[in-house]
Formats: sequence, C-alpha cells, structure tokens
Amino acid sequence: MSTKQSTKRNAKVSSKKSARKSTKKSTRVSTRKTKAAAAPKSARAPKRTAAKAATKAMPVASASEFMAHAYAMEAEAAERYAEFADSMEMHNNHEVAELFRKLSRIEQRHADQILEQMGWKQSPVSSADYRWEGTEGPETADPTELHYLMQPYHALQIALHNEKRARDFFAHLAKVATNGGVRKGALEMREEEAEHVRLIEEWLKRTPVPGSNWETDQDPPVLSD
Amino acid sequence: MSRAKEKDKASISLVLTGSGGAGVMTAGNLLLEVAAQAGWYGLMVRSSGPQIRGGEAAALLRLAHAPVECLDDRFDVLIGIDWQNIHRFADEIPLDGASLMIGDPDQSEPPEVFVKRGARYAPLPFKQMAKAIPGSWPNMIALGLAAGLVGLPADSVKSVLQNSLKKGGGEKMAANLAAAEAGYAFAANVPAVPRLSGRAAHRAGRDARWLITGNQAAGHGAVRGGVRFCAAYPITPATEVLEWLAPALPKIGGALVQAEDELASINMIIGASYGGVPSVTATAGPGLSLMTEAIGLAVAAEVPIVVIDVMRGGPSTGIPAKSEQSDVNIALNGLHGDAPRIVVAPNSIADCVAATQWAVYLAEATQSPAIVLSDQYFGQTRAVVDPPADIGLITERLKPSATAEAYKRYAITESGISPMAIPGMPGTAYTADGLEHNERGLPSSQSGDHIRQLDKRAKKLAQFDYGARWADIEGEGELAVVTFGSCTGAAREALARAAAEGIKARLLSLRLLSPAQPERVAAALAGAKQVLVVEQNHTGQLYRYLRAEYDLPGEVKSFRHPGPLPMRPGEIHQQITAWSRL
Amino acid sequence: MNSTVAAAPITAQAFKSDYKPIWCPGCGDYSVLSSFTKAFAKLDLRPESVAVVSGIGCSSRIPAYTNCYGFHGVHGRSLAAASGLKLARPDLTVVVASGDGDGYSIGGNHFLHACRRNVDLTYVVMDNHVYGMTKGQPSPTTEPDWDSKLSPGGTGLRTFNPLVIALAAGANFVARAFSGDPNGTADIIADAIRTPGFSFVEILSPCVTFRPEQREWKQLVRPGPVTTTDDAARAARRIMTDDGFNIGVLYKGQRKPYQPPVGKGKKRPSDLEAEFAI
Repeated sequence: MSTKQSTKRNAKVSSKKSARKSTKKSTRVSTRKTKAAAAPKSARAPKRTAAKAATKAMPVASASEFMAHAYAMEAEAAERYAEFADSMEMHNNHEVAELFRKLSRIEQRHADQILEQMGWKQSPVSSADYRWEGTEGPETADPTELHYLMQPYHALQIALHNEKRARDFFAHLAKVATNGGVRKGALEMREEEAEHVRLIEEWLKRTPVPGSNWETDQDPPVLSD
Repeated sequence: MSRAKEKDKASISLVLTGSGGAGVMTAGNLLLEVAAQAGWYGLMVRSSGPQIRGGEAAALLRLAHAPVECLDDRFDVLIGIDWQNIHRFADEIPLDGASLMIGDPDQSEPPEVFVKRGARYAPLPFKQMAKAIPGSWPNMIALGLAAGLVGLPADSVKSVLQNSLKKGGGEKMAANLAAAEAGYAFAANVPAVPRLSGRAAHRAGRDARWLITGNQAAGHGAVRGGVRFCAAYPITPATEVLEWLAPALPKIGGALVQAEDELASINMIIGASYGGVPSVTATAGPGLSLMTEAIGLAVAAEVPIVVIDVMRGGPSTGIPAKSEQSDVNIALNGLHGDAPRIVVAPNSIADCVAATQWAVYLAEATQSPAIVLSDQYFGQTRAVVDPPADIGLITERLKPSATAEAYKRYAITESGISPMAIPGMPGTAYTADGLEHNERGLPSSQSGDHIRQLDKRAKKLAQFDYGARWADIEGEGELAVVTFGSCTGAAREALARAAAEGIKARLLSLRLLSPAQPERVAAALAGAKQVLVVEQNHTGQLYRYLRAEYDLPGEVKSFRHPGPLPMRPGEIHQQITAWSRL
Repeated sequence: MNSTVAAAPITAQAFKSDYKPIWCPGCGDYSVLSSFTKAFAKLDLRPESVAVVSGIGCSSRIPAYTNCYGFHGVHGRSLAAASGLKLARPDLTVVVASGDGDGYSIGGNHFLHACRRNVDLTYVVMDNHVYGMTKGQPSPTTEPDWDSKLSPGGTGLRTFNPLVIALAAGANFVARAFSGDPNGTADIIADAIRTPGFSFVEILSPCVTFRPEQREWKQLVRPGPVTTTDDAARAARRIMTDDGFNIGVLYKGQRKPYQPPVGKGKKRPSDLEAEFAI
C-alpha cells in the first residue's frame, strides 16, 4: 500500500510499502500515491496536492519492459475513464460523461501509440498482473472521487491529479533507471505527462468553478430492488 | 348395516392397534404382503399418536380381490394387542354391531367407545400365548390371527414371514413362525367374519404387481420424468419421497443433497435446474409456505422445477401426520404477482407415479414450476397396485441452436416458450433474473416489457397441449361429482354403489388444477344439472376455485370436511342419493 | 519483447457485458466487477464456463454486468442456488456475489451451512455496512450507533464478524479484500477460485451515497501483517484482534470439497422398479 502522508485522522496510519508477495517477474514498479486523506467531503471540492516524487523504485531492466509498464498505465487509465463515462451516462450527467469519454480516448491513444511503437499486437502482459506501489496504476483515477452531480471542473481536477502522478512517476523512474533506454523513455514520457498537466491546467482555467451548492439534490435517493 | 351382515363381501377391512412397541405396523405391513402374495389387492393406512416411539398406533387395512383405492366406511375386525389410548382413534375406526373386536383380556376390557357401538368382542390372551412360545412376539400372533380370520392361505403367511425374518437375520424364526401359526389356528375359535366374494384376480405369487406407497411412487415418477437432482429438507409426511430418492438418484447418475431448510432446498433445485438438470423437491404445507417466494422466482426466471407437496392438516404446524386437502389455495394462488404455474394432483397411489412424471414433463416443456399436490393419505399408505405404466413422456427442454445469433433468453415466441440456454453453451450466456426483464433478460421496469413478459408466461401455459391426461372422466348422468386427489377413490366407489342402485352419475377427477381448463371442463360437464364438488378441507378450496374459474352448469353444491378423517365412499354416496332423489 | 503467444489470452474486457451498471458513481462495486473480470481472465476461464450467482441488493446486480452465465435470484438465497448449480454441474466455475445485508442478515443461515458443506464455490461479499438499495438501513456489519431512519440512534447491536463466523463454520478459504485495490482483489478472487472447497472473500466496498465516510477506507486498509495460515484457530484470533482493515488471504485449509458424484450411476429408472415388485 502507499505511504500515507495524511494529516488529521490518518496520521498514525503510516503503513509500509506493499508487502504483497508478487510472483510477477520484475514488473514491479513503485510509485507513491500522496494526497490528502480523502475525507467524505472530498467530492465536494476536489482539491489535491501535487503528487510528490516517489522515493523508492525498482528500476525496470529493459526498455521493452518499461514500455509494457507504460502501456499498462495508459490502458488502465483509459479503461477507468471509460467506466466513469458509462457511470455518468447512466446517471444522466452527460457533460461529465463526455469529458471522461474524451479523457479515456486520449489515454487509449497513448496506449495504442506504445503498441505501435513497439510493434506489439497487444500488451505482452495483462494489466491485472502489474503491481504498483499503490493499489492502482499511477494514472488510474480513484472511483470513490465520483459524484453523480459532479461538474467538468471536478472531473478535470481528477484528471489533473492523475497526470501529475504520472509525470512524477516517470520522473522518478528516469532518476533511478540504470538502463539508458529506459531512462530515455521515462524522460520522454515525463515530458509528455508534463505537457498534459499543462494542458489540463489551461483547460481548468476556462472551466467554471462550481458553486458551493453543486451537490444539492432536493429529492431523496430512490428505492431500487 | 345390512351390507355388513352379508356372507361375502367385495372387501374386508380390519385394524390392528397397540402401543409402546406392540409392532402393529410391522404386523399390518406383513399382512398386506401376505395378501399380495396370495394374489389379493389391498392397502394399509397408518395412524399414530404424536410420540416418536411408544405411542398408540393403528394399522388400518382394506383387503380385496380387486384394486382398492380408499378405506371403507367401517371395519369388520379390530384386533387390539393392547388398548392403551386407542380410544383417541375412535373416530378413525368406525365399528358397528357387525364388527368384531379381539383383545387381550389380561390387559384391559375393550374401550368403552367401541363397546357402545355394539361391536362384538372375543378375548385372546396375546401376551400369554406369546410367552408360551419363548422368543415370539404378540404381533406375530395378531398377524396369524388376522390372516386366518380373513381366509388368507397359511402358506402365504409362512413364506412372507420367513422372508421377512430372514432379512432381519433369521433371529427367532422358529418361534415367530410358531406364533403366527398359533394365531392362525386361533381364528377358528372366534366368531366368523365375512369372507371375500369371488376369487383372487391373480394366482398366488404370480403376475407382476407392486407394493408401493404414494411417496415412493412420487419419487419414482420424478425419476421416470428425468429428474436427476433433488434438494431435501425433512418434513412429515413428505420425508419418504426424499428418503426414496436419496439412494435411487445416485444409481441413475443423479444426486440428492440435504439442505439446511426449505428456503435452501427450493433455491438449490432452481440453481440445479438452471444448470440444465431436471430437479425436484418434496415438502408439506409449512415447507411450501417457505418455498413460495422462490417458486415465484422460477416463474419469473422461467426455470423448470417440480415441488411435490404431500398435504397434511393445516394451517401452521397443524396435524403433521394426517391427511387433508387444504393446500389447494396456496398451490393455486400462493405467489405474489401474476404468476402462472402448473398444479397437478395425482388421484390414486399408483397415479402418484404417472402424475409426478407428467408434472416433470410439463415443467420441463414449459419452463415453469410445477406443484404436485399429493397428500398424507397417498404418501404414507402402502398399497398393492398394478404396475403403473410409463406414460412415455420424456423431458424435453427447448434449447437454442448452436448457431443462434443475438440470443434472447426470453424471446417472445408463438408458443410463449423460448429456447433456454444451459451454462456451458458458448455464445448464449444470459442472466436468469427474478427482476422483470426484457427479451434479452436484462432488468427492465418498463410497462411494455412487463406486459410482454406477463403475456408470454401466461400464454405458454394457456396454450400448451395437455392432452387427455388433464382429468379422469367416468360415467354418465345429469349428476356430476367433481373432485381431485385422494377423494377420487372414495367418489368413484360412491358412484359405483349409486350405479348399482340405478342412479346414473358421472365423475370428473381433475388431475390438472392449474392452469384452468374452462373449455374442457365445460365439455366434461355438458348436460349436467347437478354438480357436487367433493374435497377434504374446511372452506371448500376447490369449490371456490371452480366457482371463480369455471362456468359450472346447473346447481352446484359443495360437500367437504377437513382431515384427518378420510373422505369415505359412504358419505359421498349418501350425498348423491339424497340429492338425486329430490 | 516478443509476443508470439499461441492463442491470444482472454482479456478481462471479454468478461464484461455491454449492459452498464446502475451503481452510484463512486461505488466500490465497480472495482469489484473489474476484479471479477480480471480474475476470470487471469485463470484463463471461458465466459460460458463461469456462472455468477447472486441474491438481491446493489452487489447482487453484478451477474448481468458480466458476459458469463448469470443467476440473479431472490434475497438471501444466492448460496443455495449456487450450491444446487455446482452440485448438479461440477464442471462449471461458480462464483457467488452478495452483500452484507443479503449475505449476513437474510442469508445468514445459508452462509453458515455453505461453510460447513464446503461445496467448491467462491463466495464474494461486498461489505459496505449498509442496505443501499432500500436507502440506507443498518445491516449486520453496521456500527451499533449508526443513526438511520429505521433504527434511530443506532441498532445498539453488536456487529457481525463474518470472517470469524466463516472460520468457525468451516470455510476452506477466508480472505478480506478492498475494492480500492482491484488488482490485489483480483488476485485474491483468483486464488479463492483456484482453492477447492468453499472460499469466502469479504470485500470492503464503500457506499459513497449512504456511507460517504467510507471513502476514508482507502487510507485505513493495509495488507495483513502476517502470511496465510492453515490453522483456523490462529486465523480466528488474528481476525478477532485486528481493526477490520487488514487485507489479504487469512486462511487456507485442506478440507475436501463436498461433491456427490453425478453422472456416475448408469442404471435406468426402470431398473429401480424391482424393489416394488411383489
């Protein structure tokens, strides 16, 4: 699990690094998910601190292995955004659904580019077989951040957070890489992710900040089964 | 009364009673086997107190040269190995001046309630006689006595007893053969009882006939129909269906599992049948009540299952070991929502085989739950019957073709029946759902889907061709007796008596209670001016159902009483004669 | 890296149906669904060889979201239906999805006896300490002082400890997972499916609508500080003394699964008639 740099109530829960016994080759890469403890209010006004660079990582051995990782990251992120888009669509929040769909497409394009670049038909390793230091990939959005009334601003906050995590992940990887090819790839990816951070920050500037009562729903929840 | 004094009779009825290990059930069963061995027919009804062991018990037998389906109005002979608390069964053991009581004078005098009815009495010191033959049991003396009284051959007694004792390890063989012989010889010392008229239909030991209970018969019918899985939770009086299936299913490639409760057993069979394996469970009223919700699931998800309900006295725990036809309402209506289901009622012990087999066939063919309404009388009565023929209807579940594209589990079809994919079949995975759904099986709360699926489920049962098996229709006449289940035997006998007196009447015994068959019933009752609805429950559940579903002709009367007293031919006969003479 | 694999491995995506979940955005069950599909892919199962069985509740909606055979039955009875299915069709992989209301309250009895019976099933309970589909009532795992309309001021009842119950009743595999760790959960589910007998996986899966404070779970969960044991008493002690946030496979036993032989007996029904003949 990730190291928690949380304030408040979770101060004492500073768990160690993943103790999960991974039987997975050398595909284990570390990153560190660092952000404020997600209190119930987190969806209310998603505010995130920039992810700090991971401190420890097991450098991947080859460029090819590195690219497989990068692919897994992008593919997982794309899949998660698509899931978010579906979920928003189901809840009639089409504006945000469309935004997530767009983000999913962007991530998918990156993933596809990696395949193309490597001449792969599909990833050599299933994304489920990757172990990140945190519980999920460095660019994979946290589903509990969603709210059915969320606005594009919130969605972009989530995206921004993920891009920063991704940027920092690659920056760290470049730093610890012992293989020249890996370092080169990581630096390229860092630049790409940094560019995404910049783009989303721009995008956010154009996006209205939600009012304080954005999550108000006058009706109670609906009874189902 | 006058009939009882006749020299020869079509059947002889006798009761063996006793308590606390007297072994009357064993003696009764052996007597039935002796009768079967001798080429006779007969049946034995069990009645006992609530005690697990040691309580008062009565074996009620009726023996004849031709098949019998119900108890008679009275008993010719009552043999009491002892009389402890036997008065509790007085209502179930009608005696009269022509009846003979035989009891052990060393125990006590015969119960007052029987003496009052004018029954004759002959003493027989069972205990002393058994003591005189070391190692023998008093019930073997009673067995010999009963056989001797009704005129069964001594050879048959001997061979049946030898066989039975051999199975038990041959212990005390000589002593008990001697005891039975002594009892047999003693028959000459007591007043004579009527003998059977005519000759046995079969030669001793020849011709295939079965000795079977309705519970065994229902179990056998289920496997004939293709059932290979059963989930079981014990309940009186249905347990023997399950106990028969437990060793039977593995022999034919199936399995029985004991569940933790009826909620589990019903859901287990739904799960197994969803997996493509025809499945059954058996229960009684309290269990059926618990299963009701899941039967509704089988309706909505269209999973074929068969539930054998062996009816007993209700409501609530009621009278567990005694019969009553009071689950008609719950079987027909006991589900929430508009939930068409199949309800089949066997109308004889032998018919428990065919009716259950048919129920499996109908369930599988229509992908619906089928309830088989048996009862304690059928279930726990052992009878000599002609072997019930296999009705030849084989389970056939409609399955999608391997090349089916865009498979729709709940497709709207002409017949209302849609191909049902079985897990393992590639390309046709679907989710069986108790939620209302669309044709693909995906949950839907839209009115259009709801109406289409309701229509579909109703249509598939309404349009199904049930053939001639839906009812037994016998005789002619402007008076019709309409009944079902275990009242059928008594009604049939009542009509035979009436016919002998020149009263023409017809019988309509419904085997298919649901879905209703209004056109067929109208045809069966065409021209009837009087309709007598006969059933064994307190509120006239069948009568009310018929009045609701059918346009019955002429004047309609309900004749009913609750269990545990059986519906006897005499009381129906009386209704018919009284009404027809008006 | 060369990709000359003989047959393309089945992907998790192949186990997802085109029918989209109705769960609230933010619900942990989305991730559990993805763990299901990842586990199936990991085990290289075919969608048609898997049956996902459920009862009623948010979590029980999962079967239709997969491309497997699904069975969405009545409230609390998923284990019974799944047991019947597996006993009749031992060739199938049967996974049961439930929630804390469906599985521990109305289905509590079946839970006990499923553990005892040890049929080769994988039982996944998505635990969010609340009835979601009926708008937020306390379940057996809800804290005693959790206020609700139905039980104002809280139920005052001790919470149910499903893992200890499972151990005591004889489950052969007992694990706790967290929805926020979909890959780790997929591993645990795969391990549960692979382990013969009754495997129980309790997944902490937040309800963001009625228990928004459960978003905090991701800060609280941690891998269990010890490795899997085959000693049920030790496992029980461990689980009774932890804070409810240790995740991982707690117990793996050696019990033989219950499975009566089916398809072995070769007699015909008519062969059974001899016992009735006089």
